[in-house]
Amino acid sequence: MRHLAYVGRRLVSTIPVLLGISVIVFFMIHLVPGDPARTLLGVRATDEAVAALHAKFGLDRPIWEQYLSFLGRLLHGDLGRSILYDTDVSSLLALRLPATLWLLVAATVMALLISIPLAVLAATHRDKLADQVVRAVPLVGLGMPTFWVGIMLVLLLALKVHAFPVSGFGKTPAQHLSSIILPGLTIALALTPILIRSLRTSMIGVLDSDYVVTARAKGLSHRRVITAHTLRNAAVSSITVLGVNIAYLVGSTLVVERVFALPGMGTMMLDAIFNRDFPVVQGVTLVFALMVVAVNLLTDLAHAALDPRIELA
Amino acid sequence: MTAPAVPVGPVEPLQPLQPSRLPWLRGRGGEGVLRLNPTLVIGLSLLVVIVLAGVLAPVLSPWDPVAQDLTASLQPPGNGHLLGTDQLGRDVFTRLLYAARVDLRVGALAVLFPFIIGTTLGLLAGWFGGWFDLVLMRVVDMVVAFPSFVLIIALVFALGQGTASIYIAITLVGWVAYARIVRGEVLVAKEQEYALAARASGLPTWRILLRHLLPNVLLQAFVFAMSDVVLSILAIVTLGYLGLGVPPPTPDWGSMISEGQNFVFTKWYLTAVPGLAVVVTGLALALVADGVVQRSGRR
Repeated sequence: MRHLAYVGRRLVSTIPVLLGISVIVFFMIHLVPGDPARTLLGVRATDEAVAALHAKFGLDRPIWEQYLSFLGRLLHGDLGRSILYDTDVSSLLALRLPATLWLLVAATVMALLISIPLAVLAATHRDKLADQVVRAVPLVGLGMPTFWVGIMLVLLLALKVHAFPVSGFGKTPAQHLSSIILPGLTIALALTPILIRSLRTSMIGVLDSDYVVTARAKGLSHRRVITAHTLRNAAVSSITVLGVNIAYLVGSTLVVERVFALPGMGTMMLDAIFNRDFPVVQGVTLVFALMVVAVNLLTDLAHAALDPRIELA
Repeated sequence: MTAPAVPVGPVEPLQPLQPSRLPWLRGRGGEGVLRLNPTLVIGLSLLVVIVLAGVLAPVLSPWDPVAQDLTASLQPPGNGHLLGTDQLGRDVFTRLLYAARVDLRVGALAVLFPFIIGTTLGLLAGWFGGWFDLVLMRVVDMVVAFPSFVLIIALVFALGQGTASIYIAITLVGWVAYARIVRGEVLVAKEQEYALAARASGLPTWRILLRHLLPNVLLQAFVFAMSDVVLSILAIVTLGYLGLGVPPPTPDWGSMISEGQNFVFTKWYLTAVPGLAVVVTGLALALVADGVVQRSGRR
């Protein structure tokens, strides 16, 4: 019952954020310097074309009226129509969403597989060589451009080993899987420096806690202390850290999809930008933000489910 | 590396309450600015080398960074070209140096504006609270809901390509982090004795904020700014890679990587070296940030 009430409160608390997101996405078009319609259509646009676009976006109406109708359409799942393809943005997005979701899941799994063992290693060998090395990772790793890491991985792995496709997404799930390994690894390597830092700190906190000291005192093996007592608590904190960095994770799919020519939402947004397809840019931006909000919600709920000590306030 | 939070030892006599002007610049125990730790020294020296490489580019290289020579395109390293030439026959090493100018300047300036705006708003929100605080924090919630990079790209697109758009886009997205950090610090600091004493002695509010509170809350914002410079350089380089950055032919590490990618299988260094330049710059800034934190004794 307490859980249900918490879920309800947490859901309600996302409403103002969702409204805010819609406001920002809506106002994007009003940032376009000068007449947005003329800028979008280019200098050679005829007056009729400009007027038609004005009517299409409702640019002649008062701004609050424009926003309300934008919001009304959003609530019906209508993200507008692509200028380039003359198709609903939502159906275009539906085609592109799977690749991005595959990539996000693969990246998350790989990031955890890399960073949890390293964080455990560092925390259990505190201030020894292993710890020093692991702590140096974020210093170097944080400055690496994600897309560059991707290109270097292609150069080192795909070309030498020929095990992974260099680009594309394939047609079957098996092909999907092999196509997202390199892009997923790229994002995971960008995420690892951030994760390691917080995971190491929280692991150290757990290792110093009374219940771990007790577990050791009653003669449990080192291995058992780590697996049964420490890792479970580390799992909770890694979920939190992932939740905090989800926006970064989602954002990095954009450029990594471009490097590996994955047909996801990121490449869709970039293509739309070069074609000045404004409704598509707005739609993708909105969906990216919605993904962040959704994952934040899920991490909070998972957090509450995993850790009974959490106050459901 | 972890300093004890509370200094152990004999209890010091009570100091008269004074505004502590940038206490963290003086280091722990106030030993003076010149007492530096190894992390800070290595970081600063790396940074100085990179900045000098950019500033002295015309001295270090006889080549022009933008003049094309199609008869000399894609030459291997050697023959006066330390890293060979790109597809338009321009010396890659020279472009690398000039790119440092562009990327460092844009990166630093793109942090300056969010730093000033965010710190000011956070300071006011934390001190005054009330409806201003409430509204500001809701706006912050909205902005952080977006993947910052997606929002930056969308804004650069809406504003039109160019350096000014990059500044505006990064500022619109970046100030929220500073506002959050400084507001949090102010909420703690304003309950502390020096702040209460300053208030009780009837000093004007602006004086309390500027002379007493700001110096004490600035450390966290400053440390974040150091890593934020890395993030903003990454953002600029990525925009350059995507073709949305500093317009050509101005060299920028991102566009150099993107141009080199076409030849990655034959001339790997065209992509690898500009990327390494970004990594080393990031490392230098990360070391400086770490060093400052160590000196301040806060972790």
